Amino acid sequence: MDSNRSSRRRFLKQTAALAGVATGAGLAVRGQSAQAQHVHGEPPRRGARYSIDHMTHYTPLQDYAGIITPPPLHFMQQHSSEFPEIDVQQHRFTIHGLVDRPLSFTVEELKRLPSVSRIHFLECHGNSSPASHGAGNPTNVGLPVQFIHGMTSCSEWSGVPLSVLLNEAGLQKEASWLVSEGADAGKFSHTLPLAKAMEDVIVAYGQNGEPLRVEQGYPIRLVVPGWEAPFSVKYLRHIKVVDQPYVAWNESMNHSVTRPDLRDKARWYHFQFGPKSVVTRPSAGLEMLGRGYVQITGLAWSGAGVVSKVEVSTDGGRSWKEAKRHAPVLPRAHTRFTFDWAWDGEEAVIQSRCTDEAGEVQPSLAELTKNWGMHLEDWKKTPRPRAIHFNAIQPWKIARDGSISDAMFA
Amino acid sequence: MLCSPKFLLPVMILAVPVAALAQSRAYPNVGTPLSQAEIQSFDRMIGPEGKELPPGRGTAKEGAAIFAKRCEICHGKGKNEDNGLLRSLVIGSPGKPYRGAFYGEERNGPSYYPYATVAWDYINRAMPVTDPGSLTPNEVYALVAFLYYRNGIIQENDVMDEKTLPKVEMPNRNGFVPAVPVYPPQKKPSWY
Repeated sequence: MDSNRSSRRRFLKQTAALAGVATGAGLAVRGQSAQAQHVHGEPPRRGARYSIDHMTHYTPLQDYAGIITPPPLHFMQQHSSEFPEIDVQQHRFTIHGLVDRPLSFTVEELKRLPSVSRIHFLECHGNSSPASHGAGNPTNVGLPVQFIHGMTSCSEWSGVPLSVLLNEAGLQKEASWLVSEGADAGKFSHTLPLAKAMEDVIVAYGQNGEPLRVEQGYPIRLVVPGWEAPFSVKYLRHIKVVDQPYVAWNESMNHSVTRPDLRDKARWYHFQFGPKSVVTRPSAGLEMLGRGYVQITGLAWSGAGVVSKVEVSTDGGRSWKEAKRHAPVLPRAHTRFTFDWAWDGEEAVIQSRCTDEAGEVQPSLAELTKNWGMHLEDWKKTPRPRAIHFNAIQPWKIARDGSISDAMFA
Repeated sequence: MLCSPKFLLPVMILAVPVAALAQSRAYPNVGTPLSQAEIQSFDRMIGPEGKELPPGRGTAKEGAAIFAKRCEICHGKGKNEDNGLLRSLVIGSPGKPYRGAFYGEERNGPSYYPYATVAWDYINRAMPVTDPGSLTPNEVYALVAFLYYRNGIIQENDVMDEKTLPKVEMPNRNGFVPAVPVYPPQKKPSWY
């Protein structure tokens, strides 16, 4: 058992180290994570990207059913070139700052406290970015739904509500924000409003029934439901309760983007995600097997809560019909939808649209473009404008020969 | 829109429980109290006002030498902005700081940071990547002086210390909406 674990860890480390060396020399390496190979048996060199300071795994949305992402296939953005090796016996989680009783917890102690298990999606704020569509995306090698939208996944997270731990420490009245720090080499840190921390944030040690995987923050991580995933700090070590947003380095860098409608100023934080959905089958990179019955299926989600409606269009957005949402339909979780369709062999554009419990509707590209103070032609610039929190409706174009392509900017 | 009752309500609801939380422990047998000395041994997080900055000092010239010794191996040579990763550390030219753009560079450099303390905090905790936390406060002040000088934010002879650093005027300080982060967000819908 122990030797298995250490050999897996060694393999991961070697993979990362090799990839890091290769990209350091200016090569883009598409590696295969040891984890993905373990359960999913994907062909090698798919689903992962490594660079000198970054490791990314994309979830193969086109290949799984239901709403639970198997842990080895959960997306990952690691802002360093290796995973920290943390001794769970030695690991301490501390709460300090504007609290009456600064406290330190072992992982075993956290497991003694009242626990919750909740199903929530996580999503990178850069998921579905315009830059990841089409030829501009170096990882776009035939399964675009994975490499365009695969930085979202959904798991059952088990752990202690952060509110329980903050109550133990006793919040002082000036407390209004907190800043959390990971134990990885990059000391990934993020600010979080105290109100959200007290609402539904989990200090998680379990994912889909097993301990967190190393790449998911073993031994503990934050899970901040419905919000951009950088808030969900991995390898969680310290929480400092403070009286103002601390705006750590990574938050100052790439987690804000200037926007034309804000006179080229940038939003500090976007917090929760808007309503979003994507058809995962049929999708670009797959092929239609013939005319007749086709089940259209996909995932819908929203940071606001429950997905209240999913609609599908098979005529390029001219008409919409309600899709079937499959139980469980949970707040701030992926929701599986299906739609019965018969393909007549002619050219078609299929797409899905999510409405959430707040009544917000996923925008078309044209609507989103207008909201952002842009023009549709702006997307034709090279490179494409940077955009985060991109939740435009995703159209897939089916050709007569059964091939499927990305029609977002086509 | 901003003042509609629909959006004021969450503010009022949230303000009450947070203030009323100072109660006794529900699980006093779990967890270990931390002493001030223990907290000081690990608490390195520096806020925007720089209140937690330790004493120390450094200049750009000193920083250039430290950069060559400790940082150049990953970040490229300090003389040529196009060489290696220094591109992302020096974006724009001295005197004309780059402040990020929607149609622009993939990365934002130090001249994008809202607060001068950001670089100090990150370098101090996370750099160099092979031995994070190993730099002395003087070395970190010097490296920050070097970076900010190369980005045209301070002069070559400016001394960075715990007093001067938080007062450095960052060129992009007013590049964010709203001026200071607030929660809940006042603009609706929140993801726009």
